[in-house]
Amino acid sequence: MSSAAHTLPTVSTLQSAPTVSTELLQVMAPDGSVVDAAFIATIPEADLIRLYEAMLAQRVYDDRMIKMQRQGRLGFYLACTGEEACSYGPAYALEARDWFYPAYREPGIALWRGMPFQAWVDNMVGNCDDPAKGRQMPVHWTARAQNIVSISSPVGTQIPQCTGSAYAAKLMGHDAVSICFFGEGTSSEGDFHVGLNFAGVWKSPAIFFCRNNGYAISTPFEKTTAAAHIVLRAHGYGIRGVLVDGNDVLAVIKAVRDAADWARAGNGPTLIEAKTYRIAAHSTSDDPSSYRSREEEALWAELCPLKRLRAYLETKGLWDETKEQACVDTSSARIIAALTIAESKPHPALDTVFDDVFAERPAHLDAQLNAMTAHVASGESDYRAG
Amino acid sequence: MATMNIIQAVNNALHLAMAADDNVVVLGEDVGKFGGVFRATVGLQAAFGEDRVIDTPLAESGIIGAAIGMALYGVTAVAEIQFSDFIFPAYDQIVNELAKFRYRSGGEYPCPVVIRTPVGGGIRGGHYHSQSPESLFVHHAGLVVVAPSNPYDAKGLLLSALESPDPVMVLEPKRVYRGPDHGKNWGSHPKGQVPEGHYTVPIGKAAIARELTGDGTAVTILTYGAMVHTCEKAAALAQQEGIDVELVDLRSLMPYDLEAIVASAKKTGRVVVANEAPRMCGYAAEITSLVMEHCFDWLEAPVTRVTGYDTPFPYTLEFAYLPDAGRVLTALRTVATYG
Ligand SMILES: Cc1ncc(C[n+]2csc(CCOP(=O)(O)OP(=O)(O)O)c2C)c(N)n1
Repeated sequence: MSSAAHTLPTVSTLQSAPTVSTELLQVMAPDGSVVDAAFIATIPEADLIRLYEAMLAQRVYDDRMIKMQRQGRLGFYLACTGEEACSYGPAYALEARDWFYPAYREPGIALWRGMPFQAWVDNMVGNCDDPAKGRQMPVHWTARAQNIVSISSPVGTQIPQCTGSAYAAKLMGHDAVSICFFGEGTSSEGDFHVGLNFAGVWKSPAIFFCRNNGYAISTPFEKTTAAAHIVLRAHGYGIRGVLVDGNDVLAVIKAVRDAADWARAGNGPTLIEAKTYRIAAHSTSDDPSSYRSREEEALWAELCPLKRLRAYLETKGLWDETKEQACVDTSSARIIAALTIAESKPHPALDTVFDDVFAERPAHLDAQLNAMTAHVASGESDYRAG
Repeated sequence: MATMNIIQAVNNALHLAMAADDNVVVLGEDVGKFGGVFRATVGLQAAFGEDRVIDTPLAESGIIGAAIGMALYGVTAVAEIQFSDFIFPAYDQIVNELAKFRYRSGGEYPCPVVIRTPVGGGIRGGHYHSQSPESLFVHHAGLVVVAPSNPYDAKGLLLSALESPDPVMVLEPKRVYRGPDHGKNWGSHPKGQVPEGHYTVPIGKAAIARELTGDGTAVTILTYGAMVHTCEKAAALAQQEGIDVELVDLRSLMPYDLEAIVASAKKTGRVVVANEAPRMCGYAAEITSLVMEHCFDWLEAPVTRVTGYDTPFPYTLEFAYLPDAGRVLTALRTVATYG
């Protein structure tokens, strides 16, 4: 064969590359009809109801927080409206021992995995009981007890960190996977490429979950990449890639479970791209009306993950309007009560500014704490304890 | 003349520069259709097209690296970094490339990129929307760094930056973007009156933001950016206590106006240096040394610094952390009554 003469010596020991699929994984169609009955059968009905209730509650929490911010009672908020399935799904799919690196749009990870609700709300207010001690903006919570890593604003930094945690778990002989979350916009940062490349080489048991919600603030998907899908990049790193309908919570669960099985079996990482839509504004600082159309928003509102699961549950006789209203009312009362409590709590103490910079406070920070305390006590400070 | 806030002044400067020269390009995250998260580039894409006002992918190293390549080839790139806290993915491009291009190529490759980025706290932005990173840039030889405090200077310095043969970083004081007084009132501030046409403010020249009245113990304040307004407030309070402040707005951090610094320090013999950034190796430390080196025999009191604390920038306790007028006032009293 003439082509054999041109074969180059192989430098790779890889037998075959993991597959990268651009076929959209779905378990339910947008109207709630069943696509993959075998998979649905693996999820207990009670869990389906719990998932729906949790996502509906999240919608209520997000709406309430945005109202609070408009009233000047919260400094900032960022909702996950339309993307609930992309945090509740993965949270459901993985185990308590697994590690999570959320971005800022995955509250479901906190609340499904058992971060205390009041602590989550305290973070929004930044009071003395905020686990982050009022140091970070709202929506930047931390939950070590649930293996959820503190959230950062600089996007993408968590991606190589996830690779490292996954590697560490493997090194220590733990059967734990690490998963990180980020938007499609963030996939342009160097950290995305570096993180996936390392994970591929190391076969880290990592899951890279890209929420492709169509926009990075105002920047549409087509200005983020010339490729049709983010998941195609998995090819370049020799890792597994899966495209999933991000508004189908069951498909998200399936994609994450498969990726976890793949990782636990020693095959390395998976890049999951979940196609969804940011129905919410980017944050309370944003106004999407100047960069996208009402028609587009309406189209996606129809495809919303809550509608889909509700339609399925209703055909099964597991949900109805009375239950819906009861869940909305309970959730609304719950968030209002928690916010009222959160607002009644004092600010963190002044010394929290100087703690945790290092394990022990060095002398120069003792001196600076004393200076701050004296200044606040003098009454000439702009700061008023609240 | 028109009343402009800093955002409008920057926008106006960019319009003028782009209209005057087809080879001026603006690039950054959300700068095009949306006009920037602070709205500084509103209307530019409609006026000059998508090829010249570019919504980039979300990658600061790409924004600055590409701007460098454009500049090497002859296009004047004005890069926006959405918040200076997010500039660090591009730090390698800025420190190892942009700053050194002219030098390492024996002068063959000047690299006149302009980087605009909002700095500073006071907007309830927590760790990552509040930092003041100027000393991390002046430290690296080859970068011009300016820090305007008002609309007039913001426009004039940006237009100078566009004409500069060297890379210029324009650090914009986001807390006072829309007004020196809790985001209001550029309209009643003299520097909120801005000529609509082209003019420049020279790089390397400080300005006197408040003159001595001759009534009271004379003290110099050396500062820049949003802190100018905090210090103005402190100076007004100090006046009632018999302290007479000459407030020097440094405006240009690299190169700096040594002549103006020395002149004021020698005139008063009492100097407070203020910066919002953490104390350790902050810009105020350098200015303090300069005053010590050049004016020791004229000093009546140790030069005193007012700075941020050496911690990350907090959220809830932001207003306990930020150097406020009260802290400046305390420093003024200390310096005025020394000895
Ligand atoms: C390094 C960095 N650059 C810029 C920003 C400002 N910023 C915050 S969110 C965001 C868009 C992120 O879009 P995407 O990754 O698609 O996630 P989404 O917000 O859509 O969930 C930008 C540019 C940032 N936080 N970090």
